[in-house]
Formats: sequence, structure tokens, C-alpha cells
Amino acid sequence: MQFMLLFSRQGKLRLQKWYVPLSDKEKKKITRELVQTVLARKPKMCSFLEWRDLKIVYKRYASLYFCCAIEDQDNELITLEIIHRYVELLDKYFGSVCELDIIFNFEKAYFILDEFLLGGEAQETSKKNVLKAIEQADLLQEVRGRNPPQRPGRDRTHIDPPPARHDQLGACSFKHVANTHTHTHTHTHTHTSV
Amino acid sequence: MSDVVEKTLTALPGLFDSQTGAAKITNRLKQLVKSITELTSKHEEENLMKQELSSMKEQVASPNTTMIQMKEIMVRAMYCEMLGYDASFTYIHAIKLAQQGGVLEKRVGYLAVTLFLSEGHELLLLLVNTVLKDLQSTNLIEVCMALTVVAQIFPKDMIPAVLPLVEDKLSHPKEIIRRKAVLALYKFYLIAPNQVQHIHGKFRMALCDKDPGVMTSSLHIYLQLIRESPDDYKDLTGSFVTILKQVVGGKLPIDFNYHNVPAPWLQIQLLRIFSLLGRNDQSASELMYDVLDESLRRAEMNHNITYAILFECVKTIYTISPKAELLEKAARCIGNFVLSPKINLKYLGLKALTYVVQHDTKLALQHQMTIIECLDHSDFTIKRETLELLFRITNAQNVTVIVEKMLDFLRVCSDDHTIVHLVGKVAELAEKFAPDNSWFIQTMNDVFSIGGDLLQQDVVNNFLRLLAEGSDCKEDDDQLRLYAVGSYLNVLKGNCFHLPQHFLQVMSWVLGEYSHLQESVDQREVICLLTKLQDQKTISSVTRVWVLFALTKLSEDQTDLILDLLESLSSSQDTVLRQQAQELHHLSQDSQLHEWVLPRGAPWDSVEVDSSLSFLDGYVSEALAAGAAPYKPPHQRQQELCEERALSLEPYGFNLPVSLSSCSITDRQSPTLSLGLSGNSAELSQKAGTLILEGVKRVWGKDGYLPQKETTGEAVQVEEPAAVLQTSGQQVAAERSEPPDLSQQREDKQQLASSLFVGLGAQSSTSLLGQSEAPPPRFRRKPRPHASSSSSGASERSSDSSHSSRSTADGFLYGSLLEEEPTTPKPSSGVIKHNHIRANGPEQNKDADVALETDRGVNTSHILGSDMVLVHPNTIQDKYPADLTELLPADLKELPRSDVISLTSDLSLSLSSCRVFRDESLLLVIFISNCTDTAITDVAVQLTFEGLETVSLRGNVIGCLEGRSVSVCHYALMMKDPQTSVSFTGTVSYQTQAGQTNSLLFSGTLCTADFIRRLVVTTEEYGKLWLSFSHDVKQNLKLLTDAEDPLRATLNVLKEMLQLHVVDIIGSEGLVACSLLSGAPCLLHCRVNGVALAVWLRSPLPALPDCILYHCQKTLAEH
Repeated sequence: MQFMLLFSRQGKLRLQKWYVPLSDKEKKKITRELVQTVLARKPKMCSFLEWRDLKIVYKRYASLYFCCAIEDQDNELITLEIIHRYVELLDKYFGSVCELDIIFNFEKAYFILDEFLLGGEAQETSKKNVLKAIEQADLLQEVRGRNPPQRPGRDRTHIDPPPARHDQLGACSFKHVANTHTHTHTHTHTHTSV
Repeated sequence: MSDVVEKTLTALPGLFDSQTGAAKITNRLKQLVKSITELTSKHEEENLMKQELSSMKEQVASPNTTMIQMKEIMVRAMYCEMLGYDASFTYIHAIKLAQQGGVLEKRVGYLAVTLFLSEGHELLLLLVNTVLKDLQSTNLIEVCMALTVVAQIFPKDMIPAVLPLVEDKLSHPKEIIRRKAVLALYKFYLIAPNQVQHIHGKFRMALCDKDPGVMTSSLHIYLQLIRESPDDYKDLTGSFVTILKQVVGGKLPIDFNYHNVPAPWLQIQLLRIFSLLGRNDQSASELMYDVLDESLRRAEMNHNITYAILFECVKTIYTISPKAELLEKAARCIGNFVLSPKINLKYLGLKALTYVVQHDTKLALQHQMTIIECLDHSDFTIKRETLELLFRITNAQNVTVIVEKMLDFLRVCSDDHTIVHLVGKVAELAEKFAPDNSWFIQTMNDVFSIGGDLLQQDVVNNFLRLLAEGSDCKEDDDQLRLYAVGSYLNVLKGNCFHLPQHFLQVMSWVLGEYSHLQESVDQREVICLLTKLQDQKTISSVTRVWVLFALTKLSEDQTDLILDLLESLSSSQDTVLRQQAQELHHLSQDSQLHEWVLPRGAPWDSVEVDSSLSFLDGYVSEALAAGAAPYKPPHQRQQELCEERALSLEPYGFNLPVSLSSCSITDRQSPTLSLGLSGNSAELSQKAGTLILEGVKRVWGKDGYLPQKETTGEAVQVEEPAAVLQTSGQQVAAERSEPPDLSQQREDKQQLASSLFVGLGAQSSTSLLGQSEAPPPRFRRKPRPHASSSSSGASERSSDSSHSSRSTADGFLYGSLLEEEPTTPKPSSGVIKHNHIRANGPEQNKDADVALETDRGVNTSHILGSDMVLVHPNTIQDKYPADLTELLPADLKELPRSDVISLTSDLSLSLSSCRVFRDESLLLVIFISNCTDTAITDVAVQLTFEGLETVSLRGNVIGCLEGRSVSVCHYALMMKDPQTSVSFTGTVSYQTQAGQTNSLLFSGTLCTADFIRRLVVTTEEYGKLWLSFSHDVKQNLKLLTDAEDPLRATLNVLKEMLQLHVVDIIGSEGLVACSLLSGAPCLLHCRVNGVALAVWLRSPLPALPDCILYHCQKTLAEH
């Protein structure tokens, strides 16, 4: 994989990970062009895109677009599933992840991504193992007790809940059907242990 | 920002009041996010960010800032960078944070480093110590972090520092550490393969790791290794097959399942490895058949992930040695993809079809209706992939329809990359399959106008070359030219200022060259049109030169028409233009000179070009003697200027392709360049005019265009597609229950299908037979650099010398043969003579194979009698003799040679080879060892080389090879056209005692370095030679700076490894010479330039410097 970009429906960049060395100028140019191209595509269209000499694989989850660039000989479908697995990981970690989680805790999203993909290749595909690695690092935070235990995603609980469920990224649609309302009540277990 | 975010952000302030201290710090990011969303204009945002950044700058500089605060600042800095604002002042603090912070801060620090710094950033050096410390930490999390960072960015030069630590981690008890260590090594392998060469054994350990995660990670390395040299890893085929069997059989822990599919990533990785190992290897492929079948069977669930696996399976099945049963299943899979209502699967189906269609055109026929539907699909991606597919199935019969479809697509396409890509393909198809002149010219007109100024120069050059070079039949050529002239006159009469520059250039060249063929058109009219064009403001000065040049050619008697123009241009700002105008002015006054300089209708190949300008040598040496400074080409001057300004910190990498293209472009692109070179002399301007054609290669060959020759063959082919049509027609009849307009549409589509897929049916049967046969489009155009060697006048010398060296080579062969076997029977020498004649004949290189064949047919028995070196069992104790090279004939033993490498083996026979560098040719020596105790009979080795000439061969057919004995066979090889590497494939067939006939396949590569020999010249001779060559390439190479005398050390390494001759070393400059076996010399002029070695290569063969440069780079990189 050459790079991964996350951006919102409004074209705001939310996350960027480059696995090939490029200059800042190029990165900006690529991001701008790609965001434009992908946003211009209609929902029913194919998730793949030939762009320059790369293949772009993208998928929209709620208001966020996940977009990966791969080489021609790479498998498009498995890249799509990499995106999906990443969303699943985010979802499990944040608990019904939404765009706000990623805005306010983008560094956590990076940590998860680094545990899942390393140097552009899938590193660990077992969901359990990835989360275990992240949680171990997070746990350290509590043991040291420097900060109050801070489970990411909690901040949302002080905030007006989003009006509708469609803001969740909806990684596992089946799960979300059941979860529709739990989201609004999360503040009831705010500072419980991890 | 979405409404939701905004709404939630307005609720934020209330939140902050209630919180204090540390919590407040963490909320700074939120504040920032919030304030940004409240802004209404980009300008305000910029102001805010400016403030934010300056406050951050203050904070990071303050000594009171704690690490925790620093961590928070770093998070904000990452956010600012993501928004596109420069926060580079925090980079150094990110490194500090990683170094000094506690685990938590370290984590953020490392993350910031990986996000901020890209590979090669100088600050990364400061990270090395931190990484070293953390790798040795007892805290697992710190070790993990360090490995994560190493696997992402690490300075290449510092790899040796951490390598032992990372290696140690391969045996760490925790699997997560092992896994990350493997990936770090993978990264090292990618950026500096030589540094991890010694630990390949450890990769195997990782492959056998008990943790599936570690094993999966190691496959990344193996995929890469196998991609580079599949032959070295054939022994692992069995292991990979076993792994996949276990995975598919569900033997992995359930954690690795993804949507109930066991470890799909692992499966896909293995399938990819299979396709590399099984390509052209029957025995490896056979191991895979079962598990591939199993994979296809298991992947039944209706989920993307199973489709991903299926797709990879299909690709693998079509790549490895074919098995009918699997191919059938794979074809069915592709069918399911193509017919799927899911658009992603449809796309993959098309992609698979495109991949497969060269093997099996029938498959495209089966899905023709779907393909037609995809052609009209609303999705750009699908359409483009369909066109790609159509491109692959194009033949002389469907070319018009397919090209029309492509052009339709191009007219609405707005993506530059796609346009350039497709336009090139259209041009290729048009050249190859054009049914008639008018269509061809019309299509090329479309290509030029659609491709516009994005068009690659190649397309233009090829087209002009085609017109200029023509075919065997002059009448046809003239007709084509006539048509082009007519068509362009029409275009020019219309409104033409919107036309792309390339198109105008083509038109003016063609009109200048060929408008005299059109008798019905008054030359004056053409001149008027061109002068009108010249008046336009919109055309570029390059085009102006082309137009002016055309006018020069046309203006023979009609000088009055262009006098005004000349006058205005004679004072032009553009020097080239002004010069051209001056020349035209001269020529128009002297018609005799004009006739001499620009002979009308002269055949293109009658013009000899001395591109080295050697006739100027006298003038140059005179000037030099008078104290003039030696000439430096512009690029050298440029470089010297740069050197004066600043030191280059960028390492110079391998950029062979760049230098290749740049040299070919400067050599023959437009008349501007060549004119820029030439002086004022008339003789020169003649050359300038025809220089475009130099290096021109015939592409419009016998089987491309020339319809009258094709038709007889095609008439037969048409019949089968017609049959296909009929059946599809019947289908339509059967489905008449549809509404009439729908069926009308359907019929239209059927019609389209019939025109698109015509000609495929007949081919399918033949292409199925010849699986490995590549489709014609891929090999059609020969690489250009090789072309000019046969056409340019400059190379005449070299071909002469190659001639002589070849005959000496044969002489030697002849001689040595006699020496070896003084009693050689006469027929044998006759054979060699025959060979000699062959080699010097006009068709030498093409007929190498034929020559081989005849040789084998004629002299089996003689070779048996004379040349075979049979070693009897008592001389060899082992299955593999300790030193096979002992078996070489005495005269070869003394010569430099390569190590013996194993080519192939089975239970009874093993083949290994060794390259012996003879002065006259490369000798590929093949040792055929019988590993059994019984004799093996009828051993025959057959080798094919691409792009090499076999001067002679001996001992490739052996009547009887006794048990435990070794036979030696030689191939003496020459390289005519320099190529960086040449691969050969071969088979050995034999009969065992039991009467079984077996055959083994093998392959290998030879590189230019094998064909290079020292060229011993004196410094004076070197100087003379230098001036006479034209093709030069410049490049900076690595200098071995650790030696005492870097220049000498570097040159010595090159000398040893590549057999170069160091002519002289003068101060910081070194002169090196070598020659290709065919006799073409190549001179290297090396100069120490800081920490690099600036090398300037010259040779009469255009491709040779690049090849040599490539090997020099490789040698030095590996040293």
C-alpha cells in the first residue's frame, strides 16, 4: 500500500498515512486531487479508481471516506477488506465509532493503524491481537496514574448526542442495529475501568 | 464540517469551565478544532493558525514546559500539519519527546516523528540513539514502539547500527516482538537489500515460527525475494503448499478468521507466491494444483473476502503451468465475476478477463454481451477497464470499431493521465491493424487532436517514421503520403489555431516533405497555408521552427512568397528561428545549393548522418592548439554551475530509465535541437533536416499494415466468428418475449458485439495450444535504442570492427578445436566452417536458432566423436564432484570464469553452468552430470537465448552418459544489441535405462557485464576515440570513500568486477575503456566530484552506456 487517507464528506482531511517517501508538496497535491475525485463519484459506483499509475480503493463509512492507494498488481478486494477491518478495529476500540472520535482522538486512530498495518503491509490481522496490543499500552497510562484514566471516545458523552445513528461509521451494520440507542446513554458508564 | 460536529462543538465551552489542570491541557486540541469550525473564511483560519503556531513555538521553547505539556503540543502540531500548516519547528521536539519522555509521551513522540519526517530527513539521525536504547529496554512496550518506528522510517545508513538488535528480536519469546522485528527486516530489505543478505537463514526461521502472525509477516519478505529470483526459492514450494493446505483446512486459531474465512491475508499472500514460483515451472505447478482446487472449492461464501481469494486464485491458475481442469473452474469463476450485479466484482471480472484474454480469447467471446454493456456503463472506471480489455482483443477485423469506441471515450475524458495512456494505445492499434490509408490518417488526426500537447513524443516520432520509412512497396507508401498531404491541406484550410502544437508540427513536416507528390495541388497554395500558420500568435516557437523548415523545403522556386516572412523572422528574438530564417534566405537565393542540401523525394535511408561530427575534428584540434578552451556540453556546464553554488546532499540513486529517455530525446526529437547544434554550413543543415529519422525503426511491418497481403489469410478466419454470430442471433430469436424496443436495443448490441468480437473465435484455438505465446502487441515495437545501430552512419565503423573480431573468434574456435583433437575428422571442421559462414552471413543474428538446429542435425555423430569430454566414474567420487571446473578443457581452465551454479536437477540428472570469459566470446559451459549408477542415453540440451547470437556450440547431444559421469557442453555467445540482462531458457531431454524419456526445464540470466571485455588503448587513442563517439550519458556514481585513494579504489573495483580497462588516472580524473564482445567500444570518463564519482560514458552504440552504467551502479552498490 502506498498511502491511506481519511477525509470527511466536506473534504477535510482526518488522517493521513504515507508509506512511500514523498515531499510535502506532492502529498498536498495528491490529497487535494484525490479528495476531489473521490467526492465527485456517485454512491453506486465502483470502489476502485485508476488514478495516475496507481489504483485507488475507497469506501465511505457514514460521513468519512477511507481511501487507499495500491499498486496495479495488488488485490483490490483485499484492500477493501483492510479498510473494513480497520473500521472494525476503530469501532471496537471506541465503541460505535463516529467521525468525532477520530477528530478528537486522531492519535489513537494512528496507534491502531500502526498496530494493524506496518510499512504498508498488513501486520496483524487478528482483531483480538491488535486490540490487545493497544490496550496494553493504554493500560500503562492508568497504572502510572499521571492522568485520570481516559478511555478515548468518552468526551462525546458530555456532548449532545448526534441526532441520528447515521453518524456512526457503521462498521458492522448488524451490531449497530442493536446499538442505536446505547450510544446516547454512554455517559452512564463514563469513568469505569478499561 | 458537518452540522453534527458543529452542533457538538458549540456545546464544548461549558465543558471546559468545569475542568481544571491536566484535563484542560488535553482540551487544547478540542478548543482548536472548535475555533477552526467557527471561522467563516480561509483567511480567518490562516490568521488563527498563525496565532496558534506562534503560541506553540513559544511553549516549546520555554524551559518550563513539562513533557506532558509537550505531548499535548505535539498532538496539536500533528493536527496543524494535517490541516496543511507548517509546524516544522516542532520536529526536533518530537524527537526529544521520544527520547526523554515517559512511555506515554514517547509513544506520541514516536508517532509524531513517523508523521512529520519522511525517509531521508536529516533529523532522523538524531533518532538512532533513542531507538537503540529502546530496543534494549526491558519494557516490552518500549521495544514495540522502537520496532514500529524502525519498520516505518529509518535512515538507510544507520541500519547496521540497529541490525544486530533487531535480529536478536527474532528469537524473542513474545510473538508481537518477533512479528515487528520481521517487518522491520522487511523494511530493511526494501531499502537496502545488501545489508540483510547474511540473515536470509533467519527469514526461514521466521517462516517456520509457531505463531501464525509472525509467519504471515515473513511472507512479505519472501514475496519480495521470490519476485526477484524465483529460482532460488523453488525448494520452498512444498512448504508454502503445506501452509496453505493447513490454512484452508481451518487449522489456524479462530482469531485469525475474518468473517469466518481463515486468515484471508495469509491465503492471498501465498497465492501470490505460488504464481511466482509456478510460472514456467511444471513441477512446481503440479504441487499446487490440489490446494488451488481446494481453495476454489472452499471459497463459496458470498462475501467480499472470499471473492478476493477467488480472484487471486484465478490469477494464479492462469499464471502457472496450465491444467485444463483448473482453467475451466477459473474460467467459470471469471464468468461469475463478470456477470455479478455488484459493480466491484464486475470490475474485477473485467480485470481478470483482460489478464486472461491473451491466453484464452474464447472467454471474451462468451461474455461479449456483458462487455458491450460495460462499454456503456456510467462508471468511468468500468468503462476504462473495458477498453483495456478491448485493446487486448483487437485484430485487423475489429480494429475500426474498437478504435472508434476508444476515441469516443477519449473525447469525453478529462483525466490527463488516462488520455495520454489511451491515446498511445489507439496510435499503436492504428499502426498495427489499419485497414486502409484514409482510416489510418483520419485516426491519427484524431489521436493528435485529442492527445493534444500531452501526447508523448514517441507517438509523433513513430508516425513520422512510418511515413518516412514506408514499406517494401513504394506505391503504397506514396499513396499513404498522398492521402496524408490531402488530409492535412484540408485541415489547414479550416480554422486551425486551436490545434495542438504536436499536430501542427506533424502537418508541417509532412507537407514539407511530401506535398510535391500531390500534383494537383499548387505548391504555392501550400506555402500560403504555411505562411498563414506562421502568422498566428498562438503557435509556439518550436512549432514555428517546424513550419519554417517545411517552408525551406518547399520554397525552391517560389521565394517571392516567403520574403516578407523571412524579413520579419530574421530579426526574431528566438535565435534558432532566426538562424533558420537566415538559412532559408541563403538557400532561396542559391537554387543549386538548395537542390544539393534538400534533395526532393530522396529515400530516407540514403542519407548518412555523422552524428559524432567527426569531420570537425580538424577544426577543433586547430582551435585547441590555438588555446581555445575545450568544449563542454551544456549539461556538464550546468552541473559545474550547480556545484559552485551548493553541495548536493541528495544521494544519487539508480535512475537508468530517466537517463535513457533523456538521451534519446535530445538525440532525435525536433529539428530545433539539431539545428542548435549545427553551425551555418549547408552540409550541416542537410543533416539537421534528416536527423529526425536517425534511429528510425520499421514498425509498420509486413503483418501490420499492408492489407492486400493480409486478406488471403483472414478470409479463412472470418468464418468461425460468423458462426458464433449466428448462434447468438438464434438466442435473440428465442428470447423474443421482450418488448420490441428492448429487443431492438439488444439487436443493436448484438450487432456491435459481432463487430467487436469478430476474428476472435478462429484465434482462440491456436492461442490455447500455444499458452506461452505472447500476444503480438507486446513485442511488436522493438526497443528503440537498439535500432539506430543498424541505420546510423556513425556505427558503421563499429560494425566493421565487430565483423573482424567475430571472424577472429571463429578462427580461434577453429584453431582450438584442432589443438584439442588433432585427429579431428574432416566433416567436423566442415561443420565449424559452415558455422563460420553462417555467423558472418547477412542474417546472422536472426538465424542463430536455425543455425543451431542445422548444426545439431548435421553433426550429432561428429560432435560425439570429437568434442565431448567424458569423465569416467573413477575420477569422481561424489554425486556432485568437488570442483566441476576441473572438467573444463585445459585451455579454458586458465581463463577467468564465474562460479558454478546449479541450473536444474532431478533424481537422475543434474545440470549446472559456469560462464567462462573468453576474449572473443562468452562461453556458457554446462555440466551434465549423471547422478545414477546406470547409463543415461540420448541426452540433448537445447537452449534459446533472446537477443544473443550463438557463435558455436559443442557437446549438446550425447549418445550415452555413463553412470556417475559428467559431460560438458559449451555455448559460445555474443551480444549484438546491448541489454542489461538477457534471459535464456532451455530444456534437457534424456532417456533412462528403463526406456523412459524425461525432460527438464531450466532458465537463467546473463548480463551485459558478461559480454564486456577490457579495451586496451593508450591515452592518445582514448582521446581520439572519445571525440568520435556521439551517444553520451552522464551519471553520478557512488565513490568508495573509505579507501585511501577513493578514485583508484573505485576504479579498481569496477575493473575487477566488470573487466574494464583503466587507461589512465590523471589527478582526480580517470579514463576507463571497455568494449562489448561485438566490438563496440565504450569509454568512461570518471571524475571525483565531492563524495560522488561523476561518470561520463560515450559509445557508438546508444544503449551500451546505459547498460554499463547500470552494472557499474550495481557493482558499487553491492560492494
